[in-house]
Amino acid sequence: MGNKKEHPIVDFVETELVQVTVDGKPLWVSEGKPIAAALLQAGIDVFRFTEKRKAPRSLFCGIGQCNDCVMVVDGIPNVRTCVTRVQAGMVIETQMGLGKLGDINETM
Amino acid sequence: MISMKQCELLVVGAGPAGLGAAIEAARLGVSVLLIDENDTAGGQLFKQIHKFFGSKEHYAGTRGFQIGQALLREASALGVEVMLNARAVGLLDDGSVAVQYGKDLIQIQASKLILATGAKENAITFPGWTLPGVMTAGAAQTFSNVYDTLVGKNILMVGSGNVGLIVSYQLMQAGAHIKGLVEVLPAISGYGVHAGKIKRAGVPIWTKHTVLEAKGKRRVEEVVIGEVDDQRKPVYGTQKTLEVDTILLAVGLTPRVELASMAGCRLGVERILGGHLPVHNQEMLSTKDSVYVCGDLAGVEEANTALDEGRLAGTAAAEALGYSDAKTADKKRCLVEGLHDLRMGTFGEKRLDCKSRVIEKWSCV
Ligand SMILES: Cc1cc2nc3c(=O)[nH]c(=O)nc-3n(C[C@H](O)[C@H](O)[C@H](O)COP(=O)(O)OP(=O)(O)OC[C@H]3O[C@@H](n4cnc5c(N)ncnc54)[C@H](O)[C@@H]3O)c2cc1C
Ligand code: FES
Repeated sequence: MGNKKEHPIVDFVETELVQVTVDGKPLWVSEGKPIAAALLQAGIDVFRFTEKRKAPRSLFCGIGQCNDCVMVVDGIPNVRTCVTRVQAGMVIETQMGLGKLGDINETM
Repeated sequence: MISMKQCELLVVGAGPAGLGAAIEAARLGVSVLLIDENDTAGGQLFKQIHKFFGSKEHYAGTRGFQIGQALLREASALGVEVMLNARAVGLLDDGSVAVQYGKDLIQIQASKLILATGAKENAITFPGWTLPGVMTAGAAQTFSNVYDTLVGKNILMVGSGNVGLIVSYQLMQAGAHIKGLVEVLPAISGYGVHAGKIKRAGVPIWTKHTVLEAKGKRRVEEVVIGEVDDQRKPVYGTQKTLEVDTILLAVGLTPRVELASMAGCRLGVERILGGHLPVHNQEMLSTKDSVYVCGDLAGVEEANTALDEGRLAGTAAAEALGYSDAKTADKKRCLVEGLHDLRMGTFGEKRLDCKSRVIEKWSCV
């Protein structure tokens, strides 16, 4: 939903931008932010689709408790994006259903 | 890989309660290991950017995250070993705690255990509640205050307790538009000071209203709200549709009792304190003589009560381990009295009643 302007109370420290790949496309994001925060800032708000109904899911609890926000990260499915921080070169993918270990592109 | 670790006191959860417990026990000379599943300590305090009120001992006038930082510095200075990214996943038969630490599993053997695992946010369900854009108020608060990320632009808040009120205000400060708050009860349930700020900003708080449906294709695009009657059933014909992209749920917290329950601590139920919670005595000892409980786990209240319950548990556990000094008895008494004072006033008294019942239940076990 886009970055906000100067916060009236908190002094956020600017971190360096690093490049990651999201569903095959390059994206520059702030290093050290949770993946979910970086994606929301870039306007990406669907993180996965459920197994049976193919329904979209996104952030829910924001603190690693609910597993709603999971995506495939560097080939590993079910990574909680709200508590996993962005690193340069990460390959992030929308998760389809339960996800399978290792098939980076087949799940797409 | 499984490795072993030993300590006199293990504290699980590094929110205000766990930090308070670790600090007081370490001050008396106990070797303390404090673990938390997150990569930063402070628990819920790290997302609180408003100034706390109360007394100097409770850091009145200081913002929540700064309180967390101050407590963490104090704990480190006293020699508390803090282990982050470490989640207690279970208790083994011999009383040791299994901790997942990265990809490793560590077995921690401690003479005493203090559980300060906090609470989890509740959710309510309605058609469309799984759509992206529906989430807990805490998620929005964490993302805005800690990660500088607004989760939405046009927001409906569900619930007018303190969490609903404070998070609404903080999101407005960060630039979001709060379309309004719905509250199923006939009156606003949080503090007047917090509600005042919302109302002065012109944000409506609809009491006796609830959310009926979230609509949208790939995320929330609209929400339908409506009035409820005294039985909390929707009143036909009162529906209103609002254009929002986000619906936040601030509908209460429930103690995270899993570990306490696994440890064999007897649970009781107190609705006002969040539901099931481990019963404990006045000094925060559970029904297991090596397990103490404190903070939101022992009944959902506030950061200042959590901190003092933690301090009390830490002091009592240290004493049970044979560490005390001339001031220990006095200290415990002051903390017990202080907690009593924190539970005065219209909002506190109900909690005071519940806590008395919990303590009474403990003595019946
Ligand atoms: C969204 C939200 C907003 C709030 N706003 C306010 C406010 O403005 N003012 C106020 O006074 N109170 C507020 N509260 C209430 C708040 O819960 C208490 O004030 C206080 O933080 C409780 O302290 P605690 O130490 O008991 O729990 P917490 O602060 O929740 O800390 C518990 C810690 O234990 C960790 N943990 C849990 N289980 C495990 C495990 N198995 N292994 C390892 N670590 C574990 C958790 O991750 C967490 O870090 C809010 C609560 C929420 C959820
Ligand atoms: S949003 Fe709940 S685990 Fe990430």
